[in-house]
Amino acid sequence: MYIRAASNISPQNTFGNQPLLQELAEYTGDRLSCIEPDYKALIDPKLIRRMSRIIKMGVAAGMDCLHQAGIQIPDAIITGTAYGCLEDTNTFLSKMVQQNEEALAPTAFIQSTHNTISAQIALLLQCHQYNNTFVNGGASFENALLDAMMLLYEGEASNVLVGGIDEITNNSHAILKRIGLYRSQPVSNFELFNTPGKGTMAGEGSAFFMLSKDASDADWAKIDGVSSFYKPRNTAEIKQQISIFLQSQNTNVHEIDLVITGNNGDLRNDALYGQLQQYDFANVPAINYKALCGEYPTSSAFAMWLAAHEIKNGTCSFVPESEEIPLKKVLIYNHYENIHHSLILLSAC
Amino acid sequence: MDQPVFIAGAGVISAIGNTVAQNLLSLEQEKTGIAPIQYLDSEHKDEFPVGEVKLSNDELAELSGFKPGISRTAMLSLISAREALTDAGIANLAGLRTGFISANTVGGMDKTEDFFRDFLSDNAKGRLRDVVNHECGAVTNLVADQLGIRHYVSTISTACSSSANAIMYGARLIKNNMLDVVIAGGTDALTRFTLNGFNTLMILDKQPCQPFDANRRGLNLGEGAGYVVLISERIAASLKKELYCTLSGYHNANDAYHQTASSPTGTGSLLAMEGALKRSGLQPADIGYINLHGTGTQNNDSSEGAAISKLFAGHNPKMSPTKAFTGHTLGASGGIEAVFSALAVQRGLVYPNLRFETPMEGFPFTPETRFSSQPEIKHVLSNSFGFGGNCSSLIFSKL
Repeated sequence: MYIRAASNISPQNTFGNQPLLQELAEYTGDRLSCIEPDYKALIDPKLIRRMSRIIKMGVAAGMDCLHQAGIQIPDAIITGTAYGCLEDTNTFLSKMVQQNEEALAPTAFIQSTHNTISAQIALLLQCHQYNNTFVNGGASFENALLDAMMLLYEGEASNVLVGGIDEITNNSHAILKRIGLYRSQPVSNFELFNTPGKGTMAGEGSAFFMLSKDASDADWAKIDGVSSFYKPRNTAEIKQQISIFLQSQNTNVHEIDLVITGNNGDLRNDALYGQLQQYDFANVPAINYKALCGEYPTSSAFAMWLAAHEIKNGTCSFVPESEEIPLKKVLIYNHYENIHHSLILLSAC
Repeated sequence: MDQPVFIAGAGVISAIGNTVAQNLLSLEQEKTGIAPIQYLDSEHKDEFPVGEVKLSNDELAELSGFKPGISRTAMLSLISAREALTDAGIANLAGLRTGFISANTVGGMDKTEDFFRDFLSDNAKGRLRDVVNHECGAVTNLVADQLGIRHYVSTISTACSSSANAIMYGARLIKNNMLDVVIAGGTDALTRFTLNGFNTLMILDKQPCQPFDANRRGLNLGEGAGYVVLISERIAASLKKELYCTLSGYHNANDAYHQTASSPTGTGSLLAMEGALKRSGLQPADIGYINLHGTGTQNNDSSEGAAISKLFAGHNPKMSPTKAFTGHTLGASGGIEAVFSALAVQRGLVYPNLRFETPMEGFPFTPETRFSSQPEIKHVLSNSFGFGGNCSSLIFSKL
């Protein structure tokens, strides 16, 4: 199975797929926000006005991905989003509370449903095919990916559009900050890993991929497999899961050219990655990605875009010593709040 | 790939009962669960009848074993999922690859809306424990942890077709040899958020609803949870108990017409039903009973009716929605109705469309109005359609 195209709206200049991630965007505080493209080129301006921010980001990345792939109607549209359309939910909920359940308008309610983005893409394309949305916390994108890969494997589909989307709103950020997810002192994302502490920086993003059963000239990478596992009891179980996954892909850690891990600058969160890097991944070049996009439940979609992007380039621009090593196999390992853990394996075409 | 998937267990909690047996008894006795709002704390309490589970949050906490204060959505889910799992009677569950695929539409919203009352006046206020399980996935995790399921845990949300898609995804995970056993279905509690949301769409009936009736006025919201236990052929062979049926067909399609309204032609519904028939290798004539989506809104029932008319023209399947009993339970409806459908095919039952009076113009079929025994039924079709054009159909076949 192949990644024929990818589109990524993120806190970095990823949209438009420049060959190198130049001029990295710096954020100071506890939050990285998406750099949004000019939507007018991608979506009918009349529709844009009605869409909330996450719907615009989702639909734009999805449509751009289709456009790049040269596919008009995919055989399936599958999205993963932990929080769904938070801004619309917040709007309707706030008005409902403030207006004591009276004189409410339907738009925010209609758009608050978690499947709005995949539905809007289907509507724009007049796509009557399979349409699904996973809302499974830190495994939402991985579940969507597995669903897509199963459809390709089952012969039900040849081209599947799959995406991971989550947004930050002021209220969601305030709540998650109170829960203790983010740094209490402002930090620069460039310095996130030089000043490890309690909490991380919030992030968001919308990354879409066209997965195809058959190879084409334009493929970015092959997608070999995805696996997610839930609340592992200890590090030994994580190591076992990684080993089972690599075995199932007929490979082993020595064949991995690059590991992309989900470190987020929070000491407790990163301890797990540290243990793996010290032993299991000791001799494998490793990078992490959350200084670029921040922490959010579907950030592995950003990581997959990064992996595919680097494989397409042939070498990893973030690891100087590996410049000479062609990237053949890239493993992504991420966990969100130690609840859902996931592994994604990509390889060069 | 084409290995069959069997249904070995079922669990339901709804406005007409807290167990499968109680639900079946209410269906048989034609006793509706639609009543004035008793438990939901809403300004519209006296305005809209609903299908509430007839238990307070404290009673649900006691029944489920959750500590009081947990989202009602999670409590409903645990009670019904546990019933399904116990019913399946799989002895060595720990040694099997077991999944929990649960759907819902608004997660822990019932607690979030309480939180927001304080939070909106001052964002340092509001009890965090009321908002930590806001996410749809968090509700699933709470229940998975109580059931002791870790191998594969997932949550789907495609509005009112959510739990039909959860069942479909679960079946495919078994067919792809990734899991042996899946508890699949969905849950949703009534919330002010959904009640007010549907009210803004002006599709709530102020009287008990009359689905598929020419004079239908809208839907009644309901709440509950419904799960089936799906198992592979290998596990089926090892079980001593009588299985319900097979899940022989399923299909997911999109209407691609409007964010909330269904197309007048019922394009998405038709594609979903046709696709499910194709997968099961059946013809329209083989379907003995259709558990309609039948919400009671003008739009759904005429759209679904158009698709049914086209696909089943010249045939005579019995059909009825069961939402006049339960109300529209949104993310739970596909799960609850999957259980009703599994029972219908196993025991040869047809459920009545309560309060039905006048046939819809141009619709060539008349929904069943009495509970009856129909032992000749071999295949049952269940429809679930939702916002975003999401249309899914499931087919249950007699063993």
